[in-house]
Amino acid sequence: MNMIKLSWKYLIAKPLSTGLNILLLALGLAIITVLILIQDQFENKMTKDAEGIDLVVGAKGSPLQLILSSVYHIDFPTGNIDLKDAMALSKNRLVKNIIPLGLGDNFQGYRIVGTNHDYLDLYTAKFSQGSAWEKPFDVVLGYEVAQKIGLKTGDNFIGSHGIGSSSHEHDAHPYVITGVLAPMGNVLDKLILTSIESVWYTHDEEHDHATHEAPVAKKGFPITDQDREVTSLLIQYRNPIAAVQLPRFINSKSALQAASPSFEISRLFELLGIGVKLIQGLAIVIIIIAGLGIFIALFNSLKERKYDLAVMRTLGASSWQLFLHIVLEGVILTILGAVVGIAIGHLFLVILVMQNDQGAISTLSAAVFLKEELWILGYAVIVGILASLIPAWNAYQTDIAKQLTKA
Amino acid sequence: MILKANNIGFYYDPKQKFQIPDIHLGAGDQMLILGKSGSGKTTILNIIAGLLKPKSGNVEISGTDIYSLKGSQLDKFRGKNIGIIFQKPHILAPLTVEENLQLANFFVKENTQLIEPLLKELGIWDKRKARISTLSEGEAQRVSIARALVNRPKLILADEPTASLDDENAAAVVRLLQVQAKKYNAALIIVTHDQRVKDHISNQIIIGGQS
Repeated sequence: MNMIKLSWKYLIAKPLSTGLNILLLALGLAIITVLILIQDQFENKMTKDAEGIDLVVGAKGSPLQLILSSVYHIDFPTGNIDLKDAMALSKNRLVKNIIPLGLGDNFQGYRIVGTNHDYLDLYTAKFSQGSAWEKPFDVVLGYEVAQKIGLKTGDNFIGSHGIGSSSHEHDAHPYVITGVLAPMGNVLDKLILTSIESVWYTHDEEHDHATHEAPVAKKGFPITDQDREVTSLLIQYRNPIAAVQLPRFINSKSALQAASPSFEISRLFELLGIGVKLIQGLAIVIIIIAGLGIFIALFNSLKERKYDLAVMRTLGASSWQLFLHIVLEGVILTILGAVVGIAIGHLFLVILVMQNDQGAISTLSAAVFLKEELWILGYAVIVGILASLIPAWNAYQTDIAKQLTKA
Repeated sequence: MILKANNIGFYYDPKQKFQIPDIHLGAGDQMLILGKSGSGKTTILNIIAGLLKPKSGNVEISGTDIYSLKGSQLDKFRGKNIGIIFQKPHILAPLTVEENLQLANFFVKENTQLIEPLLKELGIWDKRKARISTLSEGEAQRVSIARALVNRPKLILADEPTASLDDENAAAVVRLLQVQAKKYNAALIIVTHDQRVKDHISNQIIIGGQS
């Protein structure tokens, strides 16, 4: 027998009240856990995916939409821009590197992105099998895409028009898989990469077989005499002055829009922040109510237990041991609540990810444990101590003789 | 001498002071304190048990003046040297029979190895894992006796131990207390208004007039 076991015995003697208090506290802490996990992973991922991209240029529209569609591949593109405008921009002295993107098709919901080899270098992509595209209609699969659709190097598939939900199939031009990327832990995992030319030729009405066999552009823009379009451009600045001058220069030109990923993302987090704060507030209210619940449960049980406490004193327990006995009850309760809460939080995320196998949520992982979660445990213990302090003080002051003669 | 209670005076209301006769008991001695309800019997017991400080006089147990002990020292001393049996068993309900006895051992930080022999002697060894709510009145009272004895006390105090028992059980409980007190060479004081107990112990003091 020891103090912890003694407190535990008293807790399980009232399973319903104990269970309810644990559950209430766990609920509050589970919400906090989910928020911490999602926020941390989103911020991490968002920063990682945007690394190396100073500016995104695309058609006029919402700058946030441009960033979401071109950097994170979650929203729809704002439209296309003229290849000539894009090429003109690449000659600007403030631009160090420019990566064109051509969007518009998908395969089973995974986006087909037309680009050049610089895009692979931007994320220092590594191949688990095969190599990068050389000819039109060669494609490279992101790791997760390959896992989910179960295709490998050498296999063919037919892309569909549209992003996400497809309208019609481009059955004239099957894609050939030339490589599969290693798991990257970033946006590439969910993409199908190919050349800009592939995207163009897929949408052409007539077929010129000579150009379909010619090698594609691996750097810069494809050379063509036709009127062609791209969806957006990822730009790296040559020097810090570019950050000031380039966006203003581009935005003043009528057809194009420039947006900075870091600026738009911090704006997005600011918008989301209101919602997050609201949920956080709700969680804190629940935790406070749980703390009150524990306080009331201990306080009420004390009335019935005054006699037990007096008997313990006659058996040799000191006042401090009775104090400890009650505080331990509160702390055991809240530690259990914290453990259950963290578990529920992770479980909730597992379910959330399971139900969304594509899109932004699917990139989250529930198997991540942060040191902030230890703080949750710490906060829970503080709640337990606070809630049990007054009942414990009452226990400390038990007047044995009066209690024992009262019956 | 196990117990020396000298010149004990006490009052709740200064107008109603009362003096308690000196009590001296040696190892193995037994004494009955008789008195009507409200005569202050339980107050005497509380004073001897170190639960209620008297207004005057002192209580010595095995040569220690218990009211000179401070705070938890007194609690430990009481746990170790005084076994108290109440009118109602007052066994801690969340614990099993055995755990109630283990708790008594734990609070004085001693393992007296008496749990098994005591429970066997009192015929409740089979009930050691039982919850208190499943015990009969008589069994519960025996558990409380076992708990009072498990720390090998020098002094056993019983407050109306037979009040809620029938004749047969009452006699059995008193006999049990006497036998166990003898066995562990402890002094025994039974406080009661129960006339059935009178014949068992000849050493008696009467409080608050003839009952």
